[in-house]
Amino acid sequence: MGKYLGRRLLTAIPTIMVISFIIFAVVDLSPTDPTGNLAESIPPKVLEGIRAALGVDEPFLVKYVKWLQQFFISEPLNLFEISFGVTLPGSEDRVRVMSWATRGPVMDIIAERLPQTMWVVGSAYVLGVLIAVPVGVFSAYRQYSIFDQVGTFLMMVGFSVPTFFTGLMFIIIFAVNLKWFPSLYDTTLVVTDIESLQLQLRQMAMPVTVLALFFTAQLSRYTRASTLDNLQQDYIRTARSKGLTERTVITRHAVRNSLIPVVTLIALGIPGVFSGALITEQIFSVNGIGQYLISAIENGDLPTVQTITFIFAVLVVLFNIVADALYGVLDPRVTYS
Amino acid sequence: MTAAEKKKPVSLEVEDQIAARTFVGDAWNQFRKHKLGMIAIAVLAVIIGGVLVGPAIWTLDPTYIDIIAANQISSPEHPWGTDNLGRDTLARVLQGGRVSLMVGVSAMLVSICLGTVIGLLSGYFQRLDNPLMRMTDIFIALPQLPLLLVLMMLFREPLKAAFGVEGGVFILMVSVIGGLQWMPTARLVRGEVLTVKSREFITAATAVGAQDGRILGSHILPNVMSPVIVAATFSIASAIITESALSFLGLGFPPDFPTWGRLLFDGKDYLVITWTLVFWPGLLISLTVLSVNFIGDGLRDALDPRLRK
Repeated sequence: MGKYLGRRLLTAIPTIMVISFIIFAVVDLSPTDPTGNLAESIPPKVLEGIRAALGVDEPFLVKYVKWLQQFFISEPLNLFEISFGVTLPGSEDRVRVMSWATRGPVMDIIAERLPQTMWVVGSAYVLGVLIAVPVGVFSAYRQYSIFDQVGTFLMMVGFSVPTFFTGLMFIIIFAVNLKWFPSLYDTTLVVTDIESLQLQLRQMAMPVTVLALFFTAQLSRYTRASTLDNLQQDYIRTARSKGLTERTVITRHAVRNSLIPVVTLIALGIPGVFSGALITEQIFSVNGIGQYLISAIENGDLPTVQTITFIFAVLVVLFNIVADALYGVLDPRVTYS
Repeated sequence: MTAAEKKKPVSLEVEDQIAARTFVGDAWNQFRKHKLGMIAIAVLAVIIGGVLVGPAIWTLDPTYIDIIAANQISSPEHPWGTDNLGRDTLARVLQGGRVSLMVGVSAMLVSICLGTVIGLLSGYFQRLDNPLMRMTDIFIALPQLPLLLVLMMLFREPLKAAFGVEGGVFILMVSVIGGLQWMPTARLVRGEVLTVKSREFITAATAVGAQDGRILGSHILPNVMSPVIVAATFSIASAIITESALSFLGLGFPPDFPTWGRLLFDGKDYLVITWTLVFWPGLLISLTVLSVNFIGDGLRDALDPRLRK
């Protein structure tokens, strides 16, 4: 297993390098000008100076190598210093990945935004998993029952209706008409007592529900299919015929095996939690990573776009490996040689 | 019994004994048992028909500005309401639907063709397998939505200049969505090709001297078509969603060119005044995607012999 993981991680390195190059190149080609949004009264000479300071007009390869150095050397060193509270020699001259828009390190802004995304998208994901698994299992166990038919229909609806539509409908119904929940997410809210906790839960309610519905629909379809597969296996008949209670047959035998592919699917979905739900964050004005990325794209803040997009890609590659490894751990039939 | 009837020869040919069964007819018989799939076909037919014929019946100009009739939710003249400039929502939704559906179908064609060709090549030619699958892995790891947004920004201007505003955005949208969604099809086709390739009829074809191109085109391709058709259906649904998502984020079609996603984007600032502006286009996106997905489900059941009861 260790050997397998080591090999997978090693082969991931070239993949990640190729992806970093593609992303950097595509974003760098972008025709946006970081000085385009500045006032027109600024003399061209000053604009020139700003562009030079940002390093906009340097040759492509120079920019790429500089970014690689900033991302793979400076940032980890900086993280090391912060987490252990030490200062390494040369810490003053180290150049970090800087945003063109805020002139601050991109990583600091990501660290600032991550909690919002994790709160909203993360809790929606957890909620989605908690609902999807029992619903999917029960739906398969009672195949063709009313519960199953209504359930599979709703799963398909939840899976097909885009979050930007459900989100807007939720706002119209629950925020505009019923006035139950605020339509905008207030990021400055700090939870200190019961009252502010209530406020926090209320403003989380709509975005979390919209996302959780979507995650539930996706996962429960999968859980149902996988459980159906397993319920038809011989070992289930064996378990029943040796006199085990129905409960034991389902929870100990069927569910355990059916969840193996579901667990890997859950792992594959985790990068999506970090990347935030771009659209849902946009609708409810949740100040998370997704919204930061969209505003960076709109402002032509290329280093930010490159860095965030690349982090997403790395997460996708890593969680692919995690999913494969989980499969091996959970399913003894799978061997890695 | 008359003499003429007596003379009529009784055919012993098998085709005359049983009504001929074709692949399509067989699949259709299976599909008809899928109730939701049949309802979905009806719903989709109404939507497509409405979008194609609708503007001829509902003749209000979608671009006609009528400030006096602005911000209506519903009225006899404007049953689906009007926007802040008094433009008729029904007319705009009908016009927008054409574009949304066109984008969905065209992007599907791009992604399915790319995916099928790459899958066929990498499954059939062992030399190509590793490099092509590595490339597929890399494409899968690319973060879709951010990259789509960046690509839209990147090529919008040059294509606008070359093909006009609408044509440019359309070509860009279709190629970008299609170009980032072919990977599942490629993997699927490759897997199917690998199993079909080792069957005896392929060996037989090789033995009689068929060239690679002929084996791929007339022996392997027809045998992998079923999963491709199913994948194509689901791919229309996801292309429609992606187009609306891009337009919803303001990076799709320009404002005067209403697609369903663009209408949602424009309408979301008027939620409090006229909720109908987002309701109708959103409902149509959802209904279309839902029907397409149900049809895909039905097709999968109809085309996969293993699922037959």
